[in-house]
Formats: sequence, C-alpha cells, structure tokens
Amino acid sequence: MPFKRYVEVGRIALVNYGKDYGKLVVIVDVIDQNRALVDAPDMVRGQMNFKRLTLTDIKIDIKRVPNKKTLVAALEAADVKNKWESSSWGRKLIVQKKRASLNDFDRFKIMLAKIKKAGVVRQELAKLKKETTA
Amino acid sequence: MSYKFHQFQVVGRGLPTESDEHPKIYRMKLWATNEVRAKSKFWYFLRKLKKVKKSNGQMLAINEIFEKNPTTIKNYGIWLRYQSRTGYHNMYKEYRDTTLNGGIEQMYTEMASRHRVRHHCIQVIKTATIPAKLCKRESTKQFHNSKIKFPLVFKKVRPPTRKLKTTYKASRPNLFV
Repeated sequence: MPFKRYVEVGRIALVNYGKDYGKLVVIVDVIDQNRALVDAPDMVRGQMNFKRLTLTDIKIDIKRVPNKKTLVAALEAADVKNKWESSSWGRKLIVQKKRASLNDFDRFKIMLAKIKKAGVVRQELAKLKKETTA
Repeated sequence: MSYKFHQFQVVGRGLPTESDEHPKIYRMKLWATNEVRAKSKFWYFLRKLKKVKKSNGQMLAINEIFEKNPTTIKNYGIWLRYQSRTGYHNMYKEYRDTTLNGGIEQMYTEMASRHRVRHHCIQVIKTATIPAKLCKRESTKQFHNSKIKFPLVFKKVRPPTRKLKTTYKASRPNLFV
C-alpha cells in the first residue's frame, strides 16, 4: 500500500486536537520531523505538531512560506472551501455539526420525518412483495 | 506556545565607592524561568568574571527579550558548557525552531535525555542564528529542502479532548494513515 497523502508545502490538513480543532490549515513549511509551520486565513502563522494534524487529499500550489495575501489568493484560486465541503469527509463533518446543534423542536421534526420516510419505504416493500408472490 | 525558559537582558554593576566613582556596567543575556532566577544567574556569572558580588553590587535593569520573528523558521546554533559526571565539556548543538526560546528549551530537554545533564549544570556560552549553508549537523541539514515531502507513517488515533479519553475501546485502532 503506497502512501498517497504526503506532508509537503501546500498540503491542506485538518486540526484534530487543541485550540484550533476542526480548522483547515495549510502546511507552509516543515520545521523538523515532528512540527510544521501552518497557516490559515483566520489565524496567525504558527507551529503545530503533526500529531495534531490529519492530512487531507487537497493540495494547493504555493511556494515555501508565502505571505498572507498570496496564501489567501492561492486558497481562493484552488477553491479549497468548496472542494472540502463537497468531499464526502467534509460533508460528514457538516452533518455532524448540524446534528450536534439541534434543539428539541428540530429533533421532533426529524423524528416525524424519519417515521414518514420509513412508512413510504415499507409501502414500496409491500408492493414489491405482492408482485413476487402473485 | 508557552516556553519554560525566557530570555532576559540583565544589566548591573558594582556599587560606587570612594576609589571608583563610576564602576563599569555589565550587561548579560541569559535564560531563566523567571526574573528572580535571571538576576541570581547574573550575579553567579559576574562573580566568576569580575570581583563583584550581589552584596556589593546593584542591579540596574532587567528586561525580557522577545522573539522578533516568531513566524519564520530559523536554524539555531548553541554553544554550551556542561558538567557531566566526570568533568566539564563544551558542546555545539543545532536546532531548527521558530523562536530562540524554543530552541533553548529543545536544547535543555535534549541534554537531559541524551546525557542526563540537569539544567543547572548547563551554561549557555553563545547562541546564533545560522544560515542554512553553514549548518553542521545532518539532522538539521536534512530539512533544508524547498521541495520537502514525506508521508506520515504512523497515525495515532487520539480523542479530540482529554474528556473523551476512555480506558477501554470497542475495537482496535486503524494505524494506517
């Protein structure tokens, strides 16, 4: 199984621990074996341990240590936000966030919707059963 | 990033006497965990260099020195003198870090782990920011590559907060990236 996701300048990573949990950051440079210099449009450029990062499939084309303007422009050009939100990983995270932020009324609405959906599925199944037995 | 070791600039001189109205003022840059320790370290070093003690000297200024560019990566060379079980030795070590305080902290922890030298047995002689061409150690030179690329070979699955940590898990973790 060869490796597909590499630590390199321009790799997008997801922060999975700590203060910036859940953010997408760009690896801007590598400090040493365990740390990288990361940057994102809404944070000060800083160092982060690789243990706190999960690499994604997205990679943008930047030179080593770009300045903030170039970085933001490159992120816009590569359309990272849309690529992330349309990927299956990104969509799952959005759904998780939505589920965590529901209030009781939303959960009630979901319960009704689930019952309705199950009813429709069961009707179709009964129809198919009748066709096969008949 | 909070560092244990802070860099201080300490300025002091001997007290003025009848024979010496304006004694020479000495300035030192040193690393300590707090200001009190920095002042104490200043007198320790000054006693070894000049005939002056804390009791017949005065502290003129103590300021903390902060990193000018904490967002750029630099190669730090640190010259140190340490006491081992059998005597004193000099050493030169290189570290890659964003701040000098970070590099010094790396040095202290590495000396403790590799040579079992506690931090009070280490004296920092000199530090310098080394340009990439003049680095001597292979372990820092291997990162001087603008197209650096390597995979993360071992992925440790960690709960995102300490609160979600449990002793037992339902299934074995998948360690492949």
